[in-house]
Amino acid sequence: MKTILHILKKEFLQIFRNRSMLPMIFVMPLVQLLILSNAATYEIKNINYCLVDLDQSTFSRDLAERFRQNGYFILSGNEFSTNEAIEGFKTNQWKLILHIPKDFEKDFRREGKSKVQLLINAEDGAAAGLINNYSSNIVQQFNQDIITEYIPSGGSMNMPPMINVNFTNWYNPELNYKTYMVPGILVALVTMIGTFLTGMNIAREKEIGTIEQLNVTPIKKYQFIVGKLFPFWIIGLFELAFGLMLGRIIYDIPMLGSPVVLFSLTGIYLISMLGIGLLISTITDTQQQAMFIAWFIMVIFILMGGIFTAVESMPDWAQKLTFFNPISHFSKAIRMIMLKGSGFKDLVREFTALSGFAFLIITFAVLRYRKTN
Amino acid sequence: MNMEKIIDAENLTKKFGNFIAVNDVTFQVGQGEIFGFLGANGAGKTTAIKMLCGLLTPTGGKATVAGFDVFKETEKIKNNIGYMSQRFSLYEDLTVAENLEFYGGVYGLRKNIIKDKTDYFLKLLNMEEERNKLLKSLPLGWKQKLAFLTAIIHEPKIVFLDEPTGGVDPVMRRQFWTLIYKAAEEGTTVFVTTHYMDEAEYCGRISMMVDGKIAALDTPTKLKEKFNASTMHEVFVKIARG
Repeated sequence: MKTILHILKKEFLQIFRNRSMLPMIFVMPLVQLLILSNAATYEIKNINYCLVDLDQSTFSRDLAERFRQNGYFILSGNEFSTNEAIEGFKTNQWKLILHIPKDFEKDFRREGKSKVQLLINAEDGAAAGLINNYSSNIVQQFNQDIITEYIPSGGSMNMPPMINVNFTNWYNPELNYKTYMVPGILVALVTMIGTFLTGMNIAREKEIGTIEQLNVTPIKKYQFIVGKLFPFWIIGLFELAFGLMLGRIIYDIPMLGSPVVLFSLTGIYLISMLGIGLLISTITDTQQQAMFIAWFIMVIFILMGGIFTAVESMPDWAQKLTFFNPISHFSKAIRMIMLKGSGFKDLVREFTALSGFAFLIITFAVLRYRKTN
Repeated sequence: MNMEKIIDAENLTKKFGNFIAVNDVTFQVGQGEIFGFLGANGAGKTTAIKMLCGLLTPTGGKATVAGFDVFKETEKIKNNIGYMSQRFSLYEDLTVAENLEFYGGVYGLRKNIIKDKTDYFLKLLNMEEERNKLLKSLPLGWKQKLAFLTAIIHEPKIVFLDEPTGGVDPVMRRQFWTLIYKAAEEGTTVFVTTHYMDEAEYCGRISMMVDGKIAALDTPTKLKEKFNASTMHEVFVKIARG
């Protein structure tokens, strides 16, 4: 125990004497929360569109007006043929063409139906889907309004019955992307602190040669590992607390669940990340190599972990793979705790999986670490 | 040699793939001796020393250090030895006192003993003023003397020094050897590798390594007689040329 205290004292002295360490601990969360949570949104605003109004009627002007006032769309062109409007796709002038054919109003009045065409630039499929959604909503609303307005009520027997669908969004009622992103960014933060700092710290001892001096002392393997990992475990938990506080102050992110549940889950999760850091340091000789490998692993883990990309939208085989990614369990759980107030009994699966990973990874890392080569 | 054997190596061998770094080496070191391990760069000195310290597992042969087996009892060996590597081994971002406290601590020394040792060492090196300075602010020669004292802070039976004086000026090297003599007088066995031939003269006995093998082993005086040379430098050149 005393030996561990000596190692801990040395580590903390070195960590706080390192000029790049304190900025990393305090500035990194701030920058990530300020920039990433604002940048990483799935919303699209300011969609440029082109109007091709061949009808020039009351109806067509009404529909065009609705697009203009919707808030998501910006009218950036008026053309009088679809072909000309399509030229604007090629130069990226607009993403959407609203094509209102001739006799739009006349057909409706005479036959009770008429057509309108939406052309969407779908280079970016996800964005095209959203544009489609937004514009269909406008057209549908327009449709309902003209039916009620122009067809006298009771006068028509062939008016189709309508079902009104009512949406209520639970847990994030305003569909605020920050509410979803901030927990994800906290996951990335805790993960990077755990893996990078541990991996680089031990690789540094190898690089400057002091690891050899430690290996000829009677320090036991477990003492060395506890002494090396514990400081970063503390720093990781501190980062979470600091990030939660920033999220609360800057974005008013809710924290519905119990902090005890969140911190114990993070504590378990951090053990696997510290273990990965330790593993990386056993297979590298320099900080540069450690950094490179940590980065490689991180990119895969983060992209396949459901932080910025939804696991549900991955192909089946990839969804199965995410089970082996501790980040996917942790990012799911942290959102459940913060946004839904899930408690320990809702998270048995996540707790079990993360404890399993922590145990496996740390055991493997400890076995790999050798004092004698 | 009628002293008690503290290092006993028999046919010790280390291979890295096809390369034989240490080839079938046999020697003994007695209690309290200053034993010099000489050879050109790449002759296998560092590999030999690492096997004796328990940092590398030998490929073949057998050896005991302080009575413990280098294959099975490396952790017991570590309680009885001090080691100063070729590469600098103290922490540059800790102060002089913090370095001594850390290494003393991991050897299980009590706080007051560490403090007494620190006072004594700093007085010996005339470095009392540097006690709370970061190590990186000190000149290399001072750091190396401090590293040596750190390696013997727990009063080990044997201290292994792997080219301890590399890169320092002759005056510093002389001072360094005064420290080595002092430790030897207090009963510590010193196992030192070097490629400075003038330093070889300071050793009790010398083994000359060439290409992983011991080419000669005796006192400096006897080696000079045997090879009909006036300095150790001449002895070395004659042996190295085969």
